[in-house]
Amino acid sequence: MTELLARFSFLGIRESLDHSAYNCPQAELLGFLKALQEQLGYDLLMDVTAIDHYETSPRFEVVYHLFSTSTHRWIRIASPCSGDEEPKALSVVSLWPGANWHERETYDMLGIHFEGHPDLRRILMWDGYPYYPLRKEFPLAGHEVDLPSAETQARTDVKVMPAPMMGGPFHAGQEGTMRSREPRADDESWTEVKKKAANQATEATPREFKR
Amino acid sequence: MTEAKEISIGDIGARGAAADEEFAGDKLTINMGPSHPATHGVLRLNLELDGETVISCDPVIGYLHRGDEKLAENMTYNQFIPYTDRLDYIGPVHNNVTFAMAVEKLAGLEVPARCQSIRLLCCELARLQSHLLGCGVYGMDTGALTVFMYTFTEREKLYTLMEELTGARFTTSYTRIGGLARDIPDGWLGRVLKVVNEMEPVLDEIDKLLSRNRIFYDRTVGVGVISKEDAIAYGLTGPNLRASGVPLDLRKDAPYLGYEQYDFDVPIGANGDCYDRWLVRMEEMRQSIGIIRQAIERMPDGLWYAEDARKIFAPRKEKILTSMEELIQNFMIVTEGPQMPSGEVYFEAENPKGALGFYIVSKGGGVPYRMKIRSPSFCNLSILPKLCQGSMVADVPVILGSLDFVLGECDR
Repeated sequence: MTELLARFSFLGIRESLDHSAYNCPQAELLGFLKALQEQLGYDLLMDVTAIDHYETSPRFEVVYHLFSTSTHRWIRIASPCSGDEEPKALSVVSLWPGANWHERETYDMLGIHFEGHPDLRRILMWDGYPYYPLRKEFPLAGHEVDLPSAETQARTDVKVMPAPMMGGPFHAGQEGTMRSREPRADDESWTEVKKKAANQATEATPREFKR
Repeated sequence: MTEAKEISIGDIGARGAAADEEFAGDKLTINMGPSHPATHGVLRLNLELDGETVISCDPVIGYLHRGDEKLAENMTYNQFIPYTDRLDYIGPVHNNVTFAMAVEKLAGLEVPARCQSIRLLCCELARLQSHLLGCGVYGMDTGALTVFMYTFTEREKLYTLMEELTGARFTTSYTRIGGLARDIPDGWLGRVLKVVNEMEPVLDEIDKLLSRNRIFYDRTVGVGVISKEDAIAYGLTGPNLRASGVPLDLRKDAPYLGYEQYDFDVPIGANGDCYDRWLVRMEEMRQSIGIIRQAIERMPDGLWYAEDARKIFAPRKEKILTSMEELIQNFMIVTEGPQMPSGEVYFEAENPKGALGFYIVSKGGGVPYRMKIRSPSFCNLSILPKLCQGSMVADVPVILGSLDFVLGECDR
C-alpha cells in the first residue's frame, strides 16, 4: 500500500471496509491503470460503475474494480468526473476491451460520457430513452415516455405506442372477467359445457359398436 | 464384367471460383431473437451475413431489464433477497448466498460453521442445477436432443430437494442477512446424498452419449475459440475463463464459506473452444458432487444463524412472542432493515456462471446508498461480437450454448 502511494504521488487513500482502495484524478487515471495492468498484475477488469453523490460536487465518481490473477487480490480505484450535469470521464476500452459494455451501461444508467469510447450508446434501455434512471433525482416509479424510439417513427412514419401495462404482451390482464379481458372468450363455439357433452353422446355409441 | 469408366467433370473448384462474383449478393442483416430457442431467453443478435458467414454481430440486451439496482436503493437489505432469486434464475440459491455474504461482509459479521456448511451445500447444488441445464440445452443446440432428457430428469430431483428445503423450486429466497430462513429438514441430507449418488452414473452416460460423439465433436471442436489473453481482456469468469486455460476459481483462490477445507480439483481447458467449455462443465459437476459428499459427511451441529447479530438477524419466533426486548428488535429489523455501518465493500463469489459481485456503498442504516451487481453473464456476453465475427451462421447457436449465459442476470 505504501509502495503504491510512494510511487504514484497523485493517489489518495479511499476509505474502504475490505480491499485496498485509492482515489485517482482523471488526468492520471489511464497511466495509473496501465501500470496496474502491466506491471502490478491487476489484469482482470472485474467491474466499472459510478456513484451519484447527489447534491455534492464533484457529483459523479467512476469506480473500477480490478483483480489480479496472480496474487488473487482486488483493488478499487475511484475517480471523480468533471462536470456535474454532463459528467465526463476517460474511457479505458483501450486497456481492456471488456470495459466497452461496462462503460455503455454506466452511460446508460448514470449518463457519464466516456471520452474515447468507440461506440457509446445505450445498452439496457433503448436508444432515444431520455433519462438516466440510476441518478438520484429519477423517481423509482419512473417517468412515462413514448416507446420505443424516434428512429422508428422517422423511418416508418408510424408512432409506436406502449402496450397496455397489464403484465406484458404475452400475458392476459388480471382485472375484470375472463370474457372482458380476453376477446376470444366471447366465442363460445368451443365451450365444453355446451357442445362437448352433445358430441360425446352422439359419437360415443357408434364407436363402441364398431369394436 | 462391368467396366469402370472414368468421367471427367473438370475442375469444380475453378468453375466455382469463376462463378463466385456472379453469385456474390448483397449482405443480409437478420435478427436472431429476442424470441429464438437458441438465445436462451431474450437475447437479440443483429447479424450481418455474407452468405453463411457472419460479418458482424451486435448483441442487443436489456429486454429483461427490471432496474434491480434502482430497486435495491429503495428497499432494505432483507427485502432485496427475493430479487436476487431472479438474477441467475437457473441456480437461484447461489445468488441468495452471495448477496447475504456481501452484506455480512459490510456488517463484519461471521456466521456459524453449520450455517456456512449449509450455504456451501446449497451453492454446490445450485452449480449442479445450472450446469445440468447448461449442458442439456447445449446438447440441444448442437442437435443432440436426448441429453436434455437425461439432464432434466436429474435436475428435477434437485428442484424437489430445493422445494423441501426452501418451500419453492426456483424462487428460493433462502438466506437472510446473518443466517438462513430455516434449518435443514430432518433426513434431507440423506436424500441429497441419494440424489447425487444417482446422478454420477447419469453423468457417465451423458459422457458416453455426447463427449465422444463424432457429430458433436465436429460441431464444437475448434469453434468459437477464446484465447487466454482475450478471455482476460474481456473479463470472462467462471467455466468460460477456465476453458481458455486460466486456472482462476474464486473457491480456490479467494476462499469463502470454508472452501479451503474441501478437497476438489479445478478443471481447465487447453484450447478454449466450445468443446473445452463442455468438458469443463461436465468435470465441474463431478467435482461438485465430491464437495457435496464431503459437506454432508462433516456437516457440523450448532446454530444456523449468527446469534450475536443484534439489529441484523431477526430473533427466534418463540422469543418474539415472550420477550419485550426481542419484540422491539424484530420490529426494528422488519421496518427499518438490518442496521449496517457506513462504508464500501465489494464481494465476489464463484457462481455457476462466473464471478457474481456485489458492490455496496452504504451510508449507514438499513438501505444501501448504491448497489452495483457485477453479473458474470453480462461480461461473458460482451465477447460475443468478437467471437461470432467470421464464424458460420450455424455455429452461432453452438457458441451461444457453450457460453451458458442467463439473461435475467445479464439485464438485471
